[in-house]
Amino acid sequence: MRNPLISILFVCAVILVLANACQGEEEIKKAQFFANGKSLYTSNCENCHSQNGEGLSDLYPPLTDTSFLRGHRNQLACFVKYGIGQQLTVDNRKFDTKMPANSNLTDQEIAYILTYIGNSFGNELGLISTEEVSTSLKNCEIVE
Amino acid sequence: MKGYPALLIVMLFLIACGQSNKKLPILGEREPTTKEIDGKMVTDTIYQTIPPFSFINQDSVIINNKDFDNSIYVADFFFTSCPSICPIMSKNLLKVLNKYKGNKEVKILSHSIDTKYDTPWVLKKYATKLGVNGDQWQFVHGSQESIYGIADKYMVYAKENSSAPGGFEHQGWLILIDKDKRIRGAYDGTNDEQVSQLMDDMDILLKEYH
Ligand code: HEC
Repeated sequence: MRNPLISILFVCAVILVLANACQGEEEIKKAQFFANGKSLYTSNCENCHSQNGEGLSDLYPPLTDTSFLRGHRNQLACFVKYGIGQQLTVDNRKFDTKMPANSNLTDQEIAYILTYIGNSFGNELGLISTEEVSTSLKNCEIVE
Repeated sequence: MKGYPALLIVMLFLIACGQSNKKLPILGEREPTTKEIDGKMVTDTIYQTIPPFSFINQDSVIINNKDFDNSIYVADFFFTSCPSICPIMSKNLLKVLNKYKGNKEVKILSHSIDTKYDTPWVLKKYATKLGVNGDQWQFVHGSQESIYGIADKYMVYAKENSSAPGGFEHQGWLILIDKDKRIRGAYDGTNDEQVSQLMDDMDILLKEYH
């Protein structure tokens, strides 16, 4: 007699594999970028923006303001790479603490991080690809 | 079977006593001294203490060691533009402040190690944005020698280093000082568990004075 539990698990596994195959290539890429982005976020961003993206008081803004992120989608890479020195209104509050540059991050790493924050903390921006980041970075206006 | 409840009570007593008798160690260097009291030679211990200091706070007011005489306090070293560990230290100190808000026996003393950039005005802005007002948490500015000199006395390493993130190399210790300016504990200000330990230890230390 075969153990019914094993057969159930087997069926589940088959369904999972099939579901994965059905997922678009972009979905898989997004999951990969997201996972890589999470650890980069921990080491580069979490100190200020905190683990759950809530920021810290009026010092460091939260990353939970989805409409801000959506509205500045093509500037996010510039923010990360070159830092921010301008006043921003996030979560209906004004922020003007300087965010330091991360000039050591590659376009790909920035894409990982942005895909992570863009799909965490209640945000749903989808995949932010390396190509998208490279294009954004060519058009940065740096405000000191 | 009959013996169990009695044993339990004894054990409870032991646990309870153990807690109320718990005392924090005194850290740092110590020196024995012998002096004469009533014709007898008595050996006493002199503990390392924080020497007198004087700095300017976020309200541009001079504060010194006397302002801390009747309180226990937590000291740390940070700078406002610090990209690495300071934001977490500040966040954790905010927890400490909120727990002891209004308690005149508890203070916090944050020394800026960026003595050039972190003027009282910059410190005030930082404090305000952090949501800190009042004088329970002091943010202080001083000369480079005085700040780095006192860091040594708190046994915290701090040094200007252009290759470190933000330009300064330093440790994230939160140092607990008693009313006699002796060091009673050192906690990693970036570690949540150690910060809860700090707050437990502050309760124990406060009991010494009551
Ligand atoms: C030293 C603290 C610090 C670090 C580290 C940091 N940031 Fe920021 N971040 C800030 C501050 C301060 C602002 C607001 C800047 C302003 O108002 O000019 C900001 C703003 C932002 C914004 C736009 C506003 C918002 O909240 O949506 C994004 C996006 C952002 N940061 C992402 C990141 C990412 C991604 C990283 C890691 C690569 C990172 N930050 C690392 C301090 C920091």
